[in-house]
Amino acid sequence: MAQAIAKSDYTGAAHAPAKPTFGLFARPTAKTGLVGWLTTVDHKKIGMLYGGFAILFFLIGGIEALLIRTQLLVPNNRFISAQLYNELFTMHGTTMIFLAVMPLNAAFFNLLVPIQVGARDVAFPRLNSFSLWVWVVGAILLNVGWISHFVPAWDFGGAPDVGWFGYAPLTSKQFTPDLSTDFWVLGIQLLGLSSIVASLNFIVTIINMRAPGLTMMRLPVFTWMALVTSFLLILALPAIAIALVEVMFDRNFGTNFFEVSGGGQPILWQHLFWVFGHPEVYILILPPMGYVSEILPTFSRKPLFGYPIVVFSGVAIGFIGFGVWSHHMFTTGMGTIATAAFALATMAIAVPTGVKVFNWIGTLWGGRIVTRVPMMFALGFIWMFMLGGLSGIMHSAAPADAQQQDSYFVIAHFHYVLIGGATFALLAAIHFWFPKFFGRMVPEFWGKLSFWLIFVGFNVTFFPMHFLGLNGMPRRTWTYDANMGWNEGNFFATMGAYLLGVGIFTYFAVLVWSFFKGKVAGNDPWDARTLEWSIPSPPPEHNFAAIPTVHARDAWWYEKTHKEEIAKEKAEHIKAEESHGGIHMPDQSWYPLIAAAGLLIGAYNAAQLKHPVVMFGNQLLSSHIPLAIAGGVILLLACYLWSLEGPGGYHIHLDAEGNATESRGGYHH
Amino acid sequence: MSSHAAAGPIDHHHDHTTATGIPNKKLLWWAFLASDCMFFGTLISTHLVYRLNPPPGNAVPTQVFNIELTSFSTFILLMSSLLMALAVNAIQRGNVKSTRVMLLGTMFFGCIFLGGQVYEFAHFVHAKKMTLSNSIFGSTFYTLTGTHGTHVAIGVLLLGMMYVRTFKPTSGNGLLRNFAHLTAVCVVMGVSFISFVPGMIEVIYGLPLGEFLSHHAVPLSVGVAAFIAVLWFGRTSGTVEFGEQNAGDVEAIGLYWHFVDIVWIIIFTAVYLLEYL
Repeated sequence: MAQAIAKSDYTGAAHAPAKPTFGLFARPTAKTGLVGWLTTVDHKKIGMLYGGFAILFFLIGGIEALLIRTQLLVPNNRFISAQLYNELFTMHGTTMIFLAVMPLNAAFFNLLVPIQVGARDVAFPRLNSFSLWVWVVGAILLNVGWISHFVPAWDFGGAPDVGWFGYAPLTSKQFTPDLSTDFWVLGIQLLGLSSIVASLNFIVTIINMRAPGLTMMRLPVFTWMALVTSFLLILALPAIAIALVEVMFDRNFGTNFFEVSGGGQPILWQHLFWVFGHPEVYILILPPMGYVSEILPTFSRKPLFGYPIVVFSGVAIGFIGFGVWSHHMFTTGMGTIATAAFALATMAIAVPTGVKVFNWIGTLWGGRIVTRVPMMFALGFIWMFMLGGLSGIMHSAAPADAQQQDSYFVIAHFHYVLIGGATFALLAAIHFWFPKFFGRMVPEFWGKLSFWLIFVGFNVTFFPMHFLGLNGMPRRTWTYDANMGWNEGNFFATMGAYLLGVGIFTYFAVLVWSFFKGKVAGNDPWDARTLEWSIPSPPPEHNFAAIPTVHARDAWWYEKTHKEEIAKEKAEHIKAEESHGGIHMPDQSWYPLIAAAGLLIGAYNAAQLKHPVVMFGNQLLSSHIPLAIAGGVILLLACYLWSLEGPGGYHIHLDAEGNATESRGGYHH
Repeated sequence: MSSHAAAGPIDHHHDHTTATGIPNKKLLWWAFLASDCMFFGTLISTHLVYRLNPPPGNAVPTQVFNIELTSFSTFILLMSSLLMALAVNAIQRGNVKSTRVMLLGTMFFGCIFLGGQVYEFAHFVHAKKMTLSNSIFGSTFYTLTGTHGTHVAIGVLLLGMMYVRTFKPTSGNGLLRNFAHLTAVCVVMGVSFISFVPGMIEVIYGLPLGEFLSHHAVPLSVGVAAFIAVLWFGRTSGTVEFGEQNAGDVEAIGLYWHFVDIVWIIIFTAVYLLEYL
């Protein structure tokens, strides 16, 4: 027991060595300022960076959506060109999925998971920092094409324009000869790498770093969903990684994977893409189901109804999610057996999802419901997500789906799931945990106002799209004729989109105001249930003065009602830990950032491998190969030095008042 | 794995600092291998899909393959797994010297396999006229087996880093020495699989030894020089940090190495053997 409590370290390896280690230069120790952020290994800071970047891209993706809606405001509009329209819908989808919702979920994994399992950091802190910076590199590569619109000398052919699922053979050299597709391929590839590495880290953290007493069936539902999502990521992303490699080879090295003239079959891309793409849908929605499962009990003042079945349903969704991919391909002529099998699997996956909805309703039932802002968004989530689920079930009937395929009905469906579902839950989560990580409350009135603007704006935008789709309006259409009967629907949708934009703006403007001027929040403003509310707001670097012992599912509710027992336990834990040298914290490092920089240089040049390097009109090199290799060498060297540097670490000692002092270099047993 | 346990005998099967008793690094590798299964699964599926739906004019596998050579290098790769297991066993007994020998042996066997692949690829391209781009079979075959070969090469590099690490002295920095040592090991292994092993295979197939030596004079002499450097760096002097407490690290790399071998058994069966049914 004493050993488990004194598990001072997130790696399970030896303590900070006294002797000098392999190292090229001194490790960074700055905790504030630019160096502090660039070299941080603190899961909370990494979470903040993920969150900040994700919100930035969420707003960019939103502006792209508003431009799309403006183009569709009236028939025969010429507000933007058809080419720009293609780039906008491609980048809107790619941005919202890979650069907004996924990293926002990653932000919450980082912020919450280590605290909810009662640990001081993730299992591999430097690897965590690497995931973040690789994600940034992927985001840069995806968006670098926009430069072409402003600086014609950087001729990337604009932003990617092949649609977010980049169907073959549209991605072949013949149809998109410019570089935008090459940047899309490598950008997605690196985002996948980032997600796999981060997921491996969270799998180990959740399974291996649970505090004493925290059995798997006592884990908060959010942490459970983070675990399931991580498994989905490591198992689903390889399919698209290989598919992207095949596209890259087709484009650059003359292979024939999707080249019909060479015997390739474009349908293979669709299968490989959706083998990833459908689990991806659950990767987007399972963490939001986790947030809601945390928020609903807190504001219903009773424990989550049917915890085991909610967890089991999440796992079941993860499993079945791998067996439904071809329902995206009902119109490709797969044959009756395959079509029937995938239709049945798709109907089956609605069962665990429905079970979850009933359990959330069961949680509300008979509870003393407190309608604070996070609760409003969570309730909105249940309702809107259910509407998206209902239209989703309609798609599982293959004959009906054949009518809906590639129409605005599908657009309506997945925006109900991704905005009404994922985004509502994320907005609930941001509001709910804002006081924890910034120490300030968001004003109730402005929060509720933004909720109603978003709720109304969202429904006005997307509800008419059901009718537009059933009336035959195809998705991805640049414009339409006035006599199609689509005028009113589109007009409503665009007005709704503007209202939604105002709502989102209000939401984030209020957050910025609250960051500076909000009422100071205590440790536990919502009287919540999980461990993060037991520590100060914002949490100290080491999270816990004493590693908690978990006695119940709602660990913090238990602590609040068993104060004496817990105080005694904590005093013992602090003593045990101090006798082992204090609280062990991981050291910062430059190498994850340098490795990511190597990847940036390597991938940026690999995307334009065979093009000459031109600067100010002069050709410097006949190809980008040497530069791509240089990037690879930087990556390799950084990994080598990283591995030799070791986890390092230092100790924090707390006095009776909880003030921290640090010590370095002691070698303890 | 933790220094807390260093007081008593080290328990190689249970880590008291984690919730499950599995060391974090080992669990990370296991999870990664699960992910890697899907990478290979996708590649093998691609290969089989196109093998079962070949376009007209596709390469005929049995006319391209050299099944005797591939069987031989498969056997060598499986034997490297035995050496890897012996390396793990040696370090669990705290025998650093034996660990080093077994690591080098594993790496060299890996290089024989890679050399076989280098010979095979060159032979397929030059003699059998099957390239990456002139048939779909070439596209899927080279991508699949090339990815596997890359895995073996990364394994050799990781083992090389582990091998060099066993020399880290208990005091002093030694970064430059480590780097030079690793470079020498990499050069020896690189020359082995790019030049030495494929050349030796050609000698077995009838190339006169003198011609082989004169063709490969430059890489072979660089390799010999690097080999002497490895021997020189490998002189044992002073105490080293590496020991029984690092068994978990060696075992973790071992997991990867065995996994890559198992994947090869599947590839060898699906891509090569089934063609001869």
